[in-house]
Amino acid sequence: MADAGTFIDRGKDLSQPLDRLSPDERLKKASNYLRGTIATGLLDRITGAVAADDTRLMKIHGMYQQDDRDLRDERRRQKLEPAYRFMIRVRLPGGVCTPEQWLKLDDLARAHGGGALRLTTRQTFQFHWVLKEEVRETIQGLHEVLLDTIAACGDVSRNVMCAADPEDSALHAEVARAAREVSDHFLPRTRAYHEIWYGEEQVASSGAEEEPIYGATYLPRKFKIGFVVPPSNDIDVYTQDLGFIAVAGPAGLEGFNIAIGGGMGRTENEPLTYARLADVIGYISRDRLVAATEAVMSVQRDYGNRVERNRARFKYTIDDKGLGWIKAEIEARLGAALEPARPFRFVSNGDVFGWRETESGRFNRTLYVESGRLANRPGRSWLDGLRAIARAHRGTFRVTPNQNLIVAGVAAEDRAAIEALLAEHGLAGGGESAIRRNSIACVALPTCGLAMAEAERYLPDILGRIEAILAANGLAEEPITFRISGCPNGCSRPYVAEIALTGRAPGKYNLYLGGGFHGERLARMVRENVGEAEILSVLDDLLGRYARERRRDERLGDFVERIAYLASEQQVPGRISPII
Amino acid sequence: MGHLNPFPADTLDQDQRRQVEALSGSVTPEQARWISGYFAGLEAGIARRSGDSGLPAGAAAALRTLTVLHGGETGNCGGLARAFAAAAADQGLVAQVEDMARYKPRRLREEQDLLVIVSTHGEGDPPQPALDFFEYVEGPKAPKLPQLRYSVLALGDSTYEHYCEAGRRLDRRLEALGATRLAERVECDVDYDETAAQWRAEALALLVAQAGAGCEVSAPADPSFPAAAAYDKRNPFPARIIDKLTIVGRDSTKETRHLELDIAGSGLVYQPGDALGIVARNDAAVVAALLDATGLSGDSDLTVKGEPTTLAEALEGHFEIAITPPRFLDHWAAVTGAAELERLSGDEGKAERQNWLRNHHIVDIVRRFPAKNVDSATFVAGLRPLQPRLYSIASSLSAMPDEAHITLAPVRYQLHGEARHGVASAHLADRSEVGDTLAVYIQPNEQFRLPEDDKAIIMIGAGTGIAPYRAFLQEREARGATGKSWLFFGERNFRSDFLYQTEWQAWLKDGLLGRMDVAFSRDRRGKAYVQHRMLERAADLFAWLEDGAHLYLCGDAARLAPDVHEALISIVAEEGRLRREGAEDYVRALQRGHRYQRDVY
Ligand code: SRM
Ligand SMILES: Cc1cc2nc3c(=O)[nH]c(=O)nc-3n(C[C@H](O)[C@H](O)[C@H](O)COP(=O)(O)OP(=O)(O)OC[C@H]3O[C@@H](n4cnc5c(N)ncnc54)[C@H](O)[C@@H]3O)c2cc1C
Ligand SMILES: Cc1cc2nc3c(=O)[nH]c(=O)nc-3n(C[C@H](O)[C@H](O)[C@H](O)COP(=O)(O)O)c2cc1C
Ligand code: SF4
Repeated sequence: MADAGTFIDRGKDLSQPLDRLSPDERLKKASNYLRGTIATGLLDRITGAVAADDTRLMKIHGMYQQDDRDLRDERRRQKLEPAYRFMIRVRLPGGVCTPEQWLKLDDLARAHGGGALRLTTRQTFQFHWVLKEEVRETIQGLHEVLLDTIAACGDVSRNVMCAADPEDSALHAEVARAAREVSDHFLPRTRAYHEIWYGEEQVASSGAEEEPIYGATYLPRKFKIGFVVPPSNDIDVYTQDLGFIAVAGPAGLEGFNIAIGGGMGRTENEPLTYARLADVIGYISRDRLVAATEAVMSVQRDYGNRVERNRARFKYTIDDKGLGWIKAEIEARLGAALEPARPFRFVSNGDVFGWRETESGRFNRTLYVESGRLANRPGRSWLDGLRAIARAHRGTFRVTPNQNLIVAGVAAEDRAAIEALLAEHGLAGGGESAIRRNSIACVALPTCGLAMAEAERYLPDILGRIEAILAANGLAEEPITFRISGCPNGCSRPYVAEIALTGRAPGKYNLYLGGGFHGERLARMVRENVGEAEILSVLDDLLGRYARERRRDERLGDFVERIAYLASEQQVPGRISPII
Repeated sequence: MGHLNPFPADTLDQDQRRQVEALSGSVTPEQARWISGYFAGLEAGIARRSGDSGLPAGAAAALRTLTVLHGGETGNCGGLARAFAAAAADQGLVAQVEDMARYKPRRLREEQDLLVIVSTHGEGDPPQPALDFFEYVEGPKAPKLPQLRYSVLALGDSTYEHYCEAGRRLDRRLEALGATRLAERVECDVDYDETAAQWRAEALALLVAQAGAGCEVSAPADPSFPAAAAYDKRNPFPARIIDKLTIVGRDSTKETRHLELDIAGSGLVYQPGDALGIVARNDAAVVAALLDATGLSGDSDLTVKGEPTTLAEALEGHFEIAITPPRFLDHWAAVTGAAELERLSGDEGKAERQNWLRNHHIVDIVRRFPAKNVDSATFVAGLRPLQPRLYSIASSLSAMPDEAHITLAPVRYQLHGEARHGVASAHLADRSEVGDTLAVYIQPNEQFRLPEDDKAIIMIGAGTGIAPYRAFLQEREARGATGKSWLFFGERNFRSDFLYQTEWQAWLKDGLLGRMDVAFSRDRRGKAYVQHRMLERAADLFAWLEDGAHLYLCGDAARLAPDVHEALISIVAEEGRLRREGAEDYVRALQRGHRYQRDVY
């Protein structure tokens, strides 16, 4: 690890002239603070798309141009352009919204979003299937209930996560406040969003920097911040670029341990990309939160790789410059050394379902939402059910990092009514296996442009098959984390799951095993690019052995790690660990 | 420049040139020698008539000039006019063939024998290209024509309300101007072959008789010479379907298809703007239903045009068996004696006839008014021969050698609780596959032609009306044409019905297509029709016209065409600060100068 004062190569960062940087950097710079030609592109009637450059800028506005991949080939033959649609991601720090906001989200989903709402792994809502000519209306609808989509995607600080904590302690409330504070502070300041989507007048430039924190080229890459309240690690703090682990004393929240450099995304066959767990580098007191965040983020802003986009995440900046140097640079910007990290302990990264009483005497009900997709389907009128609840509910709704939903702050006397609505609309749950309740699937096909294989649509099937194996081995009640992503980007945070699949091609996946049950350890790849039969056969062997050989209370991930260790002497070194 | 153009520009018009080219490509050396002899003979005739022959002066003076004047939109009249001239030549008469589109009406006062062949279009209107001619002849400036002898052959379609109306009008007007009828007007339905031939024979006989003793009639041409080998309407080419696609997306309310046909080896040549004639067959199921209704057996013997066949085969391949022509009504009234039918076919039923026929196709009439003991021959006597259907060609030979593409909108409707389908469009859409052949020919359309390469074009079309513009742009791309272009397109839904969307996008991107405006009438947002887009762009559109742009309109005749026409007039009035009459004049002048061309159906 390099120490402060070591030579630091600045050949790829912000200090370089623009023409030496990646096209994305030039685009951001030339966009006039994210305006580009978005507004004119919306008026173009010849296409349902916007200009290619604008699609990149629009990410920072919180929307993605996509197309229905199920129809892509069919439409090509029909001499029609792809079926372009927009995905719109709401900014919702900590995943909390009011019943009034819920009702608006529900309206918009029905009117413009193909009748579905998608809960994401970063605790927010996505609309899919929005037509270009309806994007503006959707954004304006959100605005009516004080929601927006600014910075939900793109090279900025993303939706700030915060533990969903079904116990809803006073500590949790303080941490949630902290998360919102950070979210607000690092929001892009450009007026482009207001001009384009709300139709506000362009205000004459005051000459002042439009983006005092970010500057005209924003960050080199997405930057993810999350707050967690031990012992739950529901937000997977080790996968965040910047994670804050709440530390409480007798008087409540005192400060945070800081974890930096987590990230899941990798690219197949590019060894320079990899999943990385965050390092805990120290502790700061609550009052230094914003300053610490700015210090960390500005180091990434100034030193992050802006030449090679696939190496631009903070995790690579840290590995390129050295953790010690980065920490020193952060401390220099903070004007003080970080205190040593305080002790903490995690037990799980999953959700706890059902009713929980909170400190305030109210009740929270956590609902299992398969893959986070809320729609009305036969026997599961989930959107209708939640709309009915939102009309009656006096608390809040909270999206969990596991794509589930909490109806929070229910008075004791309202519980029965809410439970009845849940039952009526097939939302009460309870029948799912333990692995299903601990599963996450990313969106993947048909909307995600990067998907190589199915994820959300495949989850029910593959889980059904794995459940059969578990049942045969008497493991039906065993909580096991299962995560599937349609590509190696890892939006479902698969590399910290006990069993994970990442898509390679239609029907083909990499199989990972052995992630830590509370997100503390990366899984190892045990098969590459295999089909379902092979996956099930490996799992059949593994789960059989697990049932027979596990130690008391030993988690599947830990068991895998133990047998891998035992097997390691016979193993040929290589990327794949054929432990089974 | 590879080789000399064998036809100096002013010798032959494009049409003639194409015919000669097609012919010379298809004849044997022996036939070529025969033809050159034929034309040499003709030339002698021409020299004779123009007075510089060796004939005695008196004989020449006795000869009268003979002009065959035709006016049409889809080429039928032109074809008949040329056939007339050929038949006249056989009789030793030289006839000048003239198209009303280019004919100077003032020349009428010099004409002596005039044979008029004219069709009716729109809703009983004269053909577009003949509008000027009609305006002049029917207007106050028309001269008295006492010197003139004439006869009118009127083409039409008896399923239209104003049957052969243009021909009737002209016939009346020429009489009113003092001309003498050489032979009575003859009206032809879509199966005009025989009727037209009778009129021709009668007129020629009268002309020859009149030419009389003084005229030395040249020897008739050898009747054993076979008709030109080139494929045409009578002799269509079996073109193989090489591609067939539905080009509207899922959830479309349309089912528009794109078909690609292989015409390699056919010698068929077309230009952008031309149409493809397709000879289709009726659906066997529709035939069966009709047989069922009549109680006749499909196996019954029948003779059609001298050929023995069966009733089923005849109904499938020879007759129109869906929509009802008035003649069938008359016929069936006579066969059945049904009072209702008699009333409808008589004067009393005139007002409602048209509408009633639209709602009672042949099978409906036969079911409702069954005839006892009718035989096959009697039954078919009321039917019209099956007509080819035209489809604008959506490709250019320069870009797609040996291929002809079409854009097809299948016709489907409900009648008496049954699903019904258009004859040809359902044949193409439902009963033909890639690899099958279709009987096709080229239907030239001189009234829908690209201008010189450097001229600007404004193309307006809705639905399948976009087809010829695909041909236009393919052609312009192949030729490296530099003229500006602007396309207006309308359909129902943007996401499913934007026909050839990716192709226009590519042309917009590379600049071949300069501008495009689209209107979708059934989108949730911004419902609009093409004329609305034109009005939105009025200033630019007018500026383009002022700069000499050529304007094209293609598609639906009933709704699109009048609305666009109206929009055009108001744009010209507004932007050109003209009163309505002035704007109408401006637009008429565009039409007259061939800068506003329409292909509507
Ligand atoms: C919706 C969501 C998955 C879900 O099922 O919930 C999602 C969906 C997409 N992610 Fe993600 N990501 C989502 C959480 C994540 C996470 C998990 C997390 O942040 O906790 C990760 C891994 C953590 C990380 O960032 O490393 C993640 C790593 C990526 C990557 C890889 C980044 C990298 O560094 O390599 C991409 C691709 C990229 O950015 O180039 C990506 C890109 C995408 C895009 C936008 C595809 C694209 O770029 O075209 C996906 C849209 C699919 C669709 O149709 O909706 N997404 N994505 C999650 C939305 C979170 C949110 O509300 O903001
Ligand atoms: C110059 C020209 C170019 C053309 N270009 C194209 C082209 O590019 N693409 C294209 O698709 N077509 C084109 N057409 C139209 C085409 O030629 C045919 O007319 C069309 O395909 C219908 O033919 P059909 O045999 O399928 O229908 P037909 O069997 O001829 O049936 C059509 C008839 O059905 C009857 N009918 C329709 N709806 C109803 C109803 N609701 N109730 C009762 N009766 C009804 C009407 O009498 C109508 O005339 C063009 C026509 C012309 C003249
Ligand atoms: C769009 C259209 C409208 C027509 N309208 C009439 C009409 O009103 N009355 C009529 O008798 N024939 C009508 N016809 C039939 C034509 O007159 C007939 O097809 C004729 O053979 C065409 O001859 P042409 O090719 O020389 O124009 C119409 C044909 C078309 C394509
Ligand atoms: S993991 Fe890949 S397939 Fe799944 S949503 Fe993320 S980018 Fe798309």
